[in-house]
Amino acid sequence: MASTNGTKQPLLEVRGLRAAVTATGQEILKGVDLTVNVGEVHAVMGPNGSGKSTLVNVIAGRPDFAVTAGQVHYAGQDLLAMLPDRRAREGVFLAFQYPVELPGVRPWQFMKASVDALRKHRGLPEIGAREFDAMFKAAVKEMEMDADLMKRSVNEGFSGGEKKRNEMIQLALMEPRLALLDETDSGLDIDALKTVAAGVNKRRGPERSVLLVTHYQRLLGYITPDFVHVLVDGRIALSGGPELAHELEAKGYDWLKESAGTAR
Amino acid sequence: MVPRQALEANLVTAPKVISRTSTSDDLAREYKWGFVTEIESEIIPKGLNEEVVRIISRKKEEPEWLLEWRLKALRHFLSLNYEEPKWAKVSHPPIDFQDIHYYAAPVKQAGPKSLEEVDPQLLETFNKLGIPIQEQKRLAGVTEEGPSKVAVDAVFDSISVATTYQKTLEEKGIIFCSVSEAVKKAPDIVRKYLGSVVPYTDNFYAALNSAVFSDGSFVYIPKGVRCPIELMTYFRINSANTGQFERTLIIADEGAYVSYLEGCTAPIRKTSQLHAAVVELVTLDNAEIKYSTLQNWYPGDKQGNGGVYNFVTKRGKALGKNSKISWTQVETGSAITWKYPSVILQGDNSTGEFYSVALVNNYQQADTGTKMIHIGKNTKSTIVAKGISAGHGQSTYRGQVQIMPTADNATNFTQCDSLLIGDKCGAHTVPYIEVRNPTARMEHEASTSKVSDDQLFYCLQRGLDPEEAHYVIINGFCRGIFKELPFEFAMEASQLLRVSLEGTVG
Repeated sequence: MASTNGTKQPLLEVRGLRAAVTATGQEILKGVDLTVNVGEVHAVMGPNGSGKSTLVNVIAGRPDFAVTAGQVHYAGQDLLAMLPDRRAREGVFLAFQYPVELPGVRPWQFMKASVDALRKHRGLPEIGAREFDAMFKAAVKEMEMDADLMKRSVNEGFSGGEKKRNEMIQLALMEPRLALLDETDSGLDIDALKTVAAGVNKRRGPERSVLLVTHYQRLLGYITPDFVHVLVDGRIALSGGPELAHELEAKGYDWLKESAGTAR
Repeated sequence: MVPRQALEANLVTAPKVISRTSTSDDLAREYKWGFVTEIESEIIPKGLNEEVVRIISRKKEEPEWLLEWRLKALRHFLSLNYEEPKWAKVSHPPIDFQDIHYYAAPVKQAGPKSLEEVDPQLLETFNKLGIPIQEQKRLAGVTEEGPSKVAVDAVFDSISVATTYQKTLEEKGIIFCSVSEAVKKAPDIVRKYLGSVVPYTDNFYAALNSAVFSDGSFVYIPKGVRCPIELMTYFRINSANTGQFERTLIIADEGAYVSYLEGCTAPIRKTSQLHAAVVELVTLDNAEIKYSTLQNWYPGDKQGNGGVYNFVTKRGKALGKNSKISWTQVETGSAITWKYPSVILQGDNSTGEFYSVALVNNYQQADTGTKMIHIGKNTKSTIVAKGISAGHGQSTYRGQVQIMPTADNATNFTQCDSLLIGDKCGAHTVPYIEVRNPTARMEHEASTSKVSDDQLFYCLQRGLDPEEAHYVIINGFCRGIFKELPFEFAMEASQLLRVSLEGTVG
């Protein structure tokens, strides 16, 4: 593993993680090992169907997937023993690939409820409406989101790009310790991509780690990861530095599929 | 006078109730309104016959015409051979109409001068109902004026206990009192309008109500007066085996406006109780009535035992031109709800509105909706109905929009949305549309959805616990309706939803 450095503090430790689709039992993750230290940005790449999205969704606790073996530790705690909402309150944030619509639920109220749930978990009182409003407006502005859209319902009638910006607004407000970005770059035009990347870069620092999943190297032109992992058929086939992304862009994934097949 | 019967031993007494100031701890319990008040009350023996009707009429010191009207209604009811309407999608064991007390009233106190003189049990009930202390004083007949903006009438079992804010209202010529009182105070108005919107021949339960109604609220807003406060009635069934048959009549004279709200609670009982009310609204030229209901009768236990049978006829007649009648209801209680607040759009340019949230959980059944009958020209109606089904609940929207040949340029917009929680409940939509004028414009939208796992997970991932997550989604689903309610009641309605959904999650 590339990131096991004795002086660094691990935030997320995934060991031998196996997971299957709950409804069908089809195994997707077939033994993943990964360590993300505090403050690091990791990119997980890989061909379609390799299990990239599944990995971040399993870490967030999505019930569509069942963990069949392995362990996940987060800040020293057993993450798999926590319910999804508890994981969120402990600072695990997932920016969804396909954010759902919540008809009639106003973004402002929804996000304040989220922030208050996190604050309550830390023994803090509810945030004042005025203070929250200032944070909310700043985040909307930063992500270059149309403020009028934010007066509608959560994600309702949003374009693909607007939904992703909305995820980033929530990331900005919830200030997670571990941000999981599930194909946040897909469906974004170049301006939106830059805005999202700037948002992530601004939040890089010792108090936050990022695990981002992407199919293309494109996003990594704006967010330089500390480590790149290639997931093939439910396992990490290769790990390396940011240069690995360029190599993949040039060579594709097929050569890795073959080696993963033979390594079995 | 027959003394109040002994109370059943197994009744559940809840120490607190929801109110505008209650905390979330109050809401973390089940049905909070299940207390019984042990006050001395006067009750007549069970049974339904002419003698019973005469007794009720005599107790109310009613004029001859009203007794005659009741008796005609009774004869009509008896001619129906106890055959209840069968078309609604609800089921229950047959009701024995001879096994019900048709009249129960708290024993009258002669003019209390202060709260100390009022039966403390009655005050305790008001406390449990969450009525603020100033309003309690008014209910008890104390005359000073306070800062509150809601006038309250409380109908306890069958009779109206008191009506607050008389003085403020009287200065404007507004009459807000019990129907019995109105029969004495404003006999001409009562005689003119009683039964004018819902005749006793209208339906089975309307016939029963007309024969035995014991009390209810009466409102008259004179010409050009805008009622400065919300008028409110609390209805409460208290005695065992008592039917509640209140009758409400609201008249808004030319250019008048009133916003009226009713809230309903009942004790927890093992057997079901019958509630068959009739509400009639009339608006004259340019008048408007906004009628809001928070219905939270006891819904029965988790296995579907007990609960109130809420068989209610509510109808408004927009008689005058440019007049408007708007119904908003949040129905979370009752074992069975059978209720169709309707508007007859008779005046040209008149408007009818129906906004509804009906929630069923456990074994509750609701068959509710509206009728919009367009008669006048350029009449306009809007229907927005939201049904939420959880547990084994069954919810039906039943609506009728009728455009008569005289109703040129009528428009209707109907939207029915159903939300399902879990896989044991049901939602049904039964729209009837009858258009007999080619200039009509009709729009109908309907949807059925589930609280999806994706929506839930999205909320959980944002740190909301499962109960909060459901609440957020359902509250969003109902937003269009809640905004039609007066502000405090919108909050209360939203809280009621939360309580009613308890146990659905997990």
